Amino acid sequence: MGKRMLQDPDQPGLPAAVFNRRIFLGAGAVALGSLGLAACGGSSSSSSSGGSSGGNATGPVTFGSNASDEVPKKAFEATFAAYKTSGGGDVKVNTVDHNTFQEQINNYLQGRPDDVFTWFAGYRMRFFAKKGLVGDVSDVWEKIGGGFTDAIKTASTGEDGKQYFVPLYNYPWAVHYRKSVFEANGFQPPTTLDEMVTLGQQMKKKGLAPLAFADKDGWPAMGTFDYLNMRINGYDFHINLMAGKEAWDSPKVATVFDTWKRLLEISQPNSLGRTWQEAAQTVAQKKAGMYLLGTFVGQQFTGADKDDLTFFPFPEVDSSVGTDAVEAPIDGFMMAKRPKNADGAKNLLEFLGSAKAENSYLATDSNDVAVHKDADTSKYNALQKQASELISNAKSISQFLDRDADPTFASTVAIPAFQSFIKNPADAASIAKNMEAQKKSIYQS
Amino acid sequence: MAVSTTGVPTGAPAPDVPTRKGKRSAHRWTRRDRVVLALMIGVPTLISVALVWVPALSSVALSFTRWDGIGLDSIQWIGLRNYREIFTIYPPFYPALWHNLIWLLFFLLVPTPIGLFLAVLLDRELRFTRVYQSLIFLPVVLSLAIVGFIWQLMYSTDQGLINAVLAKFGAAPIDWLGNPQLNLWAVLIAASWRHVGYMMILYLAGLKSVDPALKEAAAIDGASDWQAFRYVVFPALRPINIVVLVITVIESLRAFDLVYVINGGRNGLELLSVLVTQNIIGEASRIGYGSAIATIMLVISTVFIVIYTLNIFREERR
Repeated sequence: MGKRMLQDPDQPGLPAAVFNRRIFLGAGAVALGSLGLAACGGSSSSSSSGGSSGGNATGPVTFGSNASDEVPKKAFEATFAAYKTSGGGDVKVNTVDHNTFQEQINNYLQGRPDDVFTWFAGYRMRFFAKKGLVGDVSDVWEKIGGGFTDAIKTASTGEDGKQYFVPLYNYPWAVHYRKSVFEANGFQPPTTLDEMVTLGQQMKKKGLAPLAFADKDGWPAMGTFDYLNMRINGYDFHINLMAGKEAWDSPKVATVFDTWKRLLEISQPNSLGRTWQEAAQTVAQKKAGMYLLGTFVGQQFTGADKDDLTFFPFPEVDSSVGTDAVEAPIDGFMMAKRPKNADGAKNLLEFLGSAKAENSYLATDSNDVAVHKDADTSKYNALQKQASELISNAKSISQFLDRDADPTFASTVAIPAFQSFIKNPADAASIAKNMEAQKKSIYQS
Repeated sequence: MAVSTTGVPTGAPAPDVPTRKGKRSAHRWTRRDRVVLALMIGVPTLISVALVWVPALSSVALSFTRWDGIGLDSIQWIGLRNYREIFTIYPPFYPALWHNLIWLLFFLLVPTPIGLFLAVLLDRELRFTRVYQSLIFLPVVLSLAIVGFIWQLMYSTDQGLINAVLAKFGAAPIDWLGNPQLNLWAVLIAASWRHVGYMMILYLAGLKSVDPALKEAAAIDGASDWQAFRYVVFPALRPINIVVLVITVIESLRAFDLVYVINGGRNGLELLSVLVTQNIIGEASRIGYGSAIATIMLVISTVFIVIYTLNIFREERR
C-alpha cells in the first residue's frame, strides 16, 4: 500500500520530472521483484504425449503434479506412457514445485484444480474431503480395492467412510548409514537408544559427526519427534497428540523432549542452517555416521555409493512399547470435485491404483516401495527390500507430523517450537507449554 | 493510501481541463469534457477502491474472525481474540517486530550512506563511470528471491564459499544462516548489496539535478569539497532524502522474499510480512489470524505515511 504513494506524478518537493520517472521505474522494479518470487514457484507444463485427440469434447485428463524433483518427474512420465500403451488416453501434466504445490493447495482446490492431482494420505487428505473440496472415488476403489490391505484402504478413507485417495507408494523413515563406514570401524547397528548413544560417542572419537541432522526447512526434525514419541508413549498416544486430544505440556511429552536432548548431544551441530540434502551429503562423504530420514535420502547417493547405503529401524527406547510402529508416509492421488473429464479421471485413477502403474513408476524412482499387493518386488534393490520388509512387519504406521496433525499447527507452531528446542534444549518446558496454549486455540472449531 | 486517493483526483488531470478550455469559460464544460473528467477521476478511483481500500478494509474486518478460507459461511466472529493471542502466546511475533525495526535502522545507517557516497564519487565524471554505475546497479535488477539463492551459495555451512575460504585458514565453519544470532545480519548484508545500488541511482539522479552553479559558488567562496557537500549539496538533496527515507521504510516493512527463500522466515529471520504469509498463504489458512498481523502492519505503515504526508503538506504551504 505504501508503494502507491510514489506513483503520484504531481508530488511536490521533487526536483525534476525525469527524477519522478526514475522513482516510478524503481517502484516498478520492486513490484517485479516480488513477482519474481512467484515465478520461482511457477508451474511448467508438459504433455506426456505428442499426439492430441483434438476435437474430443472431453479432451485429455489434466494431472497436477508436485513431482518437481528430477527422479519422480521422470517416473511419472514413464507411468503415463504405460497408461497410454495400455489403452488409456492422453494425460496433460502440470508440474509445480513440490513445496509450492503444498502451500497453495487451498487456493488450488478452490480454483480450477486439475482432474487428478498428487497428494498424501492422513489428516490432510481427510480435511479436504470433509470440506467437500475433492471428489469421491469410492467407485474406483470397488475396482482396485482387492489390491490393497485394509490398512491402506483405511488410510485412503475419509471421515464419512468414502474413499477419496488412491495410493501409489510409500517410504519408511529409518536411520540410514553406509555399510562400508560401519564395517571399517567395527560398528554394529544399535537396537536400543542407549546403544545408539554409545555408538555415537564411539563415532565422535573416530572423528565422525555421529548423527547427521538438518532442520533449516523446519520439517525434518518432526521425524525425530514422531519416532521418539511413538517409541516412548506408543502409537495411540502419538496419534491422539496429533489429533489435539492429548496435552503437549504433559509429562509424557516432557519425557520425549528429555530423551531428544540425548540425541542432540550426538547430532551434527548447526542443524538450523543445513538442508537435508546437505546433511545427506555429509553421510555420502563419510563425514557423518548415521542419518534419520525417509528413504528418499537415497536421491543424494549415486552409483556404488547407493549400494553402500542401508538403514536400521529407529531403535527401541522402552522395551514395553517396542518398535512395532513405523513412520511411512503414503503418497498418491486425489480427484477434483468436478473434474472436466470425469470418466477419464476415474479411468486414470483406476490405472494408477494398479500394480502395473506402481511397477512403471518404481522402475524409475527406486527410493520408494509399492503398496499394491501384486506389485513386482523382484526388481527391488536391497534398500527397497529392506524398506518393504520394515513396513510389512509394522503393527502400526504413522504418516508424518505434518500429515497427521492439523496443518496450521504443524506449520505455524510445531516448526518454530522444534527449532527453538534445538537452539535451547533447556527451554523444553516453556516451549511445550506454549505449544499447548496455541494448540487449544487452533484445534477448536 | 491517503495520498493516492486524494492525490489522484486533485492532481494533474482535474485542474488541467479547465485551464485548457479556460479561454472560453472555466465553468461551462461540454458533455465530452464531463465524460473525460468522469473517466479520469472515476477509473483511478475505481482501481484505487478495488485494489487498495476493499482489500485493506476486508483485512481489517477479517482480523476479528476465525476463518479457514473455505466457503464464506465458515467465517466466525471472535472479536479481539486473534490480537490477544498474537500479543500473548505467539512466540514469533515480537521477534518479527524487532527484526523489522533492525532492518529499517540498518538500511538507513548502512546501505543508504554507502549509496550516497558512491553516487557522489560517480557524479564526478570519473572514467568508465557508466560501467561502474551499471555494475553497482546490477543487483537491483535481480529479484530478492534470486539474491537469496545467490547468497545462500556464499553462506552455506558445509558447501558455501565463505566457509570454504575460512577453512583454508583453519577456522571452524560458521553457521551463517542457521545461527539466529548471526543470520539476520548475514541476510541484511545480502539485502544491502542490492539496496546500495538502488540508493546510488536515486542519489545520482538527485545530484544531477543540483545546480552546478551552487557548487561553483561554494568553491569560489573557498569551501573545501567536504564543506561544499555538507553545507551546499546535501541540503539541496533534501527532497531526495525524503524519497529515500520513504523507500527505505517501505523496503523494510515489505522485506519478505529474501528471508522466505532462505528458511521460510523462521529461526531468527521472522518478519511481520512472513508471519502474514505463513498464516494465510501457506497450508495453514488461518485467514483471520494472518489478517490481524496484517492489520498491525497496516497501523505501523500508517504512522510512517502520516508523517510523510504531513511533511509534504508543510512543504506545499511554504
